[in-house]
Amino acid sequence: MSKWHFLTDGFVKNNPTFVLVLGMCPTLATTTSAVNGLEMGLATMFVLILSNIVISLIAPRVPDKVRIPVYITVIATFVTVVQLLMQAYMPAAYETLGLFIPLIVVNCIVLGRAEGFANKHGVGESALDGIGVGLGFTVSLTVIGLVREILGSGSAFGWKFIPGDGILAFVMAPGAFIVLGFLMVLFNKYLAKK
Amino acid sequence: MAASSTLKNMTLCLTLVCLICAAVVGVAYAVTKDPIEAAARAKTTASIARVLPAFSATPEEGSIRVGETDYKYYKVDGAGYAIVSATSGFGGLLTLMVGIAEDGTVHNTAVLSHSETPGLGAKCATDERFLSQFRGLDPAAKTVAVKKDGGDLDAITASTITSRAYALAVSNAVEVFRQLKQGGRGNE
Repeated sequence: MSKWHFLTDGFVKNNPTFVLVLGMCPTLATTTSAVNGLEMGLATMFVLILSNIVISLIAPRVPDKVRIPVYITVIATFVTVVQLLMQAYMPAAYETLGLFIPLIVVNCIVLGRAEGFANKHGVGESALDGIGVGLGFTVSLTVIGLVREILGSGSAFGWKFIPGDGILAFVMAPGAFIVLGFLMVLFNKYLAKK
Repeated sequence: MAASSTLKNMTLCLTLVCLICAAVVGVAYAVTKDPIEAAARAKTTASIARVLPAFSATPEEGSIRVGETDYKYYKVDGAGYAIVSATSGFGGLLTLMVGIAEDGTVHNTAVLSHSETPGLGAKCATDERFLSQFRGLDPAAKTVAVKKDGGDLDAITASTITSRAYALAVSNAVEVFRQLKQGGRGNE
C-alpha cells in the first residue's frame, strides 16, 4: 500500500471538521467569509505540518511523562512564529483573525495529530498527514465561510453578486451552527454512500 | 526507543526543548520586528492620508488631554489635524480617525477599529450614505449628533447606538481640535 492514503485520509475519512468534529472554536468563529476561513485554515495547516514533522523527529527521544508539555511547547513556538509573520506581512488578515491565531495552540487538531499520529510515524508520513489534515481543515473552513458569505452578504470571496444585505443571521453565530450542521449531514451522507 | 521517564531525562529534555524553542521565537521576533513596525506605520499614514486633504509634510504625533481623556493626534502642516477618537459603540470600543482641516471643518473620517454587529453597526465603516454626511461637515453650522438626539445627522437604519457613538467620536474630535487651536498644551 502506498503512502498516499496518509494524505487523502486526513482530507476525507478523517476530515477534522465534518468527521472528527475537532477545532470547532475557530471553525465557528472565523468563517464569516470564504477568505477568512481560507486564511485561518492556511495558518493552522502551516502549524500542523511543521509540528507534525518536528514531533515525529523528536518523539523517540522524549520521555513519555513529559511528552505533552514538549509537544505543546513545539506547537506554541510555531504558532508564535506564524503570528509574527502574519503581523509583519499580512496585517489585514492578522487584524480580522486576531485572537484566533494564538488560539491555534490549543486547537485539538494539532495536538491530536501530534499525539495520535506523528509520534508513532516517520517524518515523511507525518508531513503527508499534516498536509492532508491541514488541507481538510482549510477546505472545510473555506466552504463553510463561502456558504455563510453567499447567504449572509450576497458575495463570494469578496465579490458581490447580490446587491443588498443578504440574510444577516448567517454572518452571525447562529448561522455558523446552522451551516456547519447542514454541511456535516451532506458530507457524512456522501461518505456513507461510498 | 523512548527515553525512560527519570527525573534527569525529563528535566534535560524539557530544558533543551524550551531553549531551542526560545531561540526560534527570538529569531522570528528579530526578523519580523521591523516589518511589523513598518506595517503599523503604513497603516497610520494611510489613515491620515484618507482623512485629510493631500499633504506633503510629515505628520507630527502628539497627545492632548481634554476633559478626562487623552487623545492622540497627528498634526500635518498645511492640511490640519488627524485626531484619534474612541467611544463606546454597541459591541465595544469604536475607534475613529477624524481629519479636521485648518478651517475647522471635518474633512473625512475613517474607522480604525470596531466590534459592531456584522451587517448592522459594522456598516458604519462602509455605508456611504452615513459616512458622506461627515465629509466637509462644518461643526459651527450643524449639530454633530444623530437626529434622534436633536442633531443634524441621519443614523444608519437599525443601528442608532453605533451611529450615536460615531457622531460622539466626531464631535469629541472637534472639541479636541478647538482645544488644540486655542493653544491647549499638547505634549508633542
